Amino acid sequence: MTTAETSVNGTPSPVATPVLRARGLVKTYGHVVGLDGVDLELYPGEVLAIIGDNGAGKSTLIKCLTGAEIPDQGEILLDGERVHFKRPQDARAAGIETVYQTLAVAPSLDIASNLYLGREVRRPGLLGSVLRLTDRAGMRKAARRHLTDLGISTLQDVTVPVESLSGGQRQAVAVARAAAFGSKVVVLDEPTAALGVRESGQVLELVRTLRDKGVPVIIISHNMPHVFEIADRIHVQRLGRRAATITPRSHTMTEAVALMTGAAEA
Amino acid sequence: MSATTTAPPADPAAEFLDRRSPLERARGVLHRYPALSPAIVLVLSVVVFGMLNERFLAPANLSLITQQVAVVGTLAVAQTLIILTAGIDLSVGSVMVLSSMVVAQVASGSGVPAALALLIGLATGVACGGLNGLLVTRLSLPPFIATLGTFSVFTALALLYSHGATVRGGDMPALLTWTGTTIPVGGVRVSTGVMLMLAAYLVAAYALSRTAWGKHVYAVGDDKEAARLSGISINRVLISVYLAAGAILALAAWIQIGRANAASPNVGVDMNLDSITAVVIGGTSLFGGRGTVWGTLLGALIVGVFRNGLSLAGLDVLYQTLAVGILVIVAVSLDQWIRKVRR
Repeated sequence: MTTAETSVNGTPSPVATPVLRARGLVKTYGHVVGLDGVDLELYPGEVLAIIGDNGAGKSTLIKCLTGAEIPDQGEILLDGERVHFKRPQDARAAGIETVYQTLAVAPSLDIASNLYLGREVRRPGLLGSVLRLTDRAGMRKAARRHLTDLGISTLQDVTVPVESLSGGQRQAVAVARAAAFGSKVVVLDEPTAALGVRESGQVLELVRTLRDKGVPVIIISHNMPHVFEIADRIHVQRLGRRAATITPRSHTMTEAVALMTGAAEA
Repeated sequence: MSATTTAPPADPAAEFLDRRSPLERARGVLHRYPALSPAIVLVLSVVVFGMLNERFLAPANLSLITQQVAVVGTLAVAQTLIILTAGIDLSVGSVMVLSSMVVAQVASGSGVPAALALLIGLATGVACGGLNGLLVTRLSLPPFIATLGTFSVFTALALLYSHGATVRGGDMPALLTWTGTTIPVGGVRVSTGVMLMLAAYLVAAYALSRTAWGKHVYAVGDDKEAARLSGISINRVLISVYLAAGAILALAAWIQIGRANAASPNVGVDMNLDSITAVVIGGTSLFGGRGTVWGTLLGALIVGVFRNGLSLAGLDVLYQTLAVGILVIVAVSLDQWIRKVRR
């Protein structure tokens, strides 16, 4: 399958090895074809947006990349190595962190506990191995540092429960958790869907910070202005395939929508 | 121009100020510290009952209150763990009774050493908890239904196994009734059973607040899906909670034998609801994920103080039941109101 690989100044050089690459992914659910041979490349230090109409296969594609679904055919390469994810934990262990639309935070736990939920750090020595004592002070300190690194200065008290935060702040906690553990790729599913204008702006700023720190980001969004504001490249998904890969400079929003709906061919 | 004035223009800095009313602020504080409201209620009730009757604050009476609270207080530790996972356990009293009958019969009848009998009782409690856990995880039964069933099963087993007969303390080795002996602590006689109860609270509080397991218990009760996506195995956490609860119930069985100086298949089966009462008054939410065992201890003490204080005031036992019922309704209403803080 040949696609329009538009090369424009500022886009990553095609010579670079993709951090994450999918080739010919096929996923069917009975007679329903979710993915029909999808290719995808994510290059170092870029924000790749995935757009597409409902049913185009965006979610299925992301689920295959993050281990929530196992593709029937095709291969996924992380840093050039072939990987097989059977569970979301496998993908996470390999360095692919996902921020789900539901955020997957425990509202009554504090920020630090949420950042470390499922990977708590124990105290060294017998305190940790026998008494299972967690390193609460260490985790809180590290949590503050992670938040500061991402420029989230409004969340310095990491002991407040997440439920007392605004929607944007919760999103920031979820993104910080994804970014905090030396991840190779961060996947954001509709990160601005439930947010107001100002909070959306803060989350987009967070995505930029993440990219500037060298972490490549895949972002799924229905919001065209957000996509065109943040993305370096845009993967257009249509009918279970990649219709095109464009950039905000090569195409206008109207042209992108035309590609999405099939009104135009790449 | 309209004569009716509209709202004055908002101060641009206003949104940075805390504009909540004092009531809303109080709610925020109570929301953050779930054990605070039961602590206030306990202090107030001790003061009021102390003023009503000078005998209430006598060391002997305070000692009695703690001993009256010891068994239900221990059951309530197990109940707290389960309610934190958004479950409920209607079988706690029957598990305790079954375990106490096993311990008493094994030690008194067949010449098994007392320590070994206690271990067999522990195994009984853990097995009962494990059965509840399997029904909730493998069969995905709602905890209410699963434990309603096992409540009847364990009650019947205790009666069948003991042939309905009470084992008297005198027929048991001294180790089994040791939990009923008292030690003077600064003028107040504290029973070893009460100390074992406090030990259960200390261990549970440590496990819940300072270990990863504890965080996972809260996360599972708070939002199962979020916990799962965070890589936590829901079923493993639930099974471990029911097993731990079973072990605590076996401890309660030992404390009950010492307190009653007997093991009876008919006493304690009805303590299920008392344990839930203590947990709820202690500020733990029946929706899971919120609460502490210290709140439960305060809740158990509040119930003990009310029952004791009302009986010292010369009121019929029916009024104690009435008062406890009102306490539960007030506590749950308060919990609902506090939870509205959630945005």
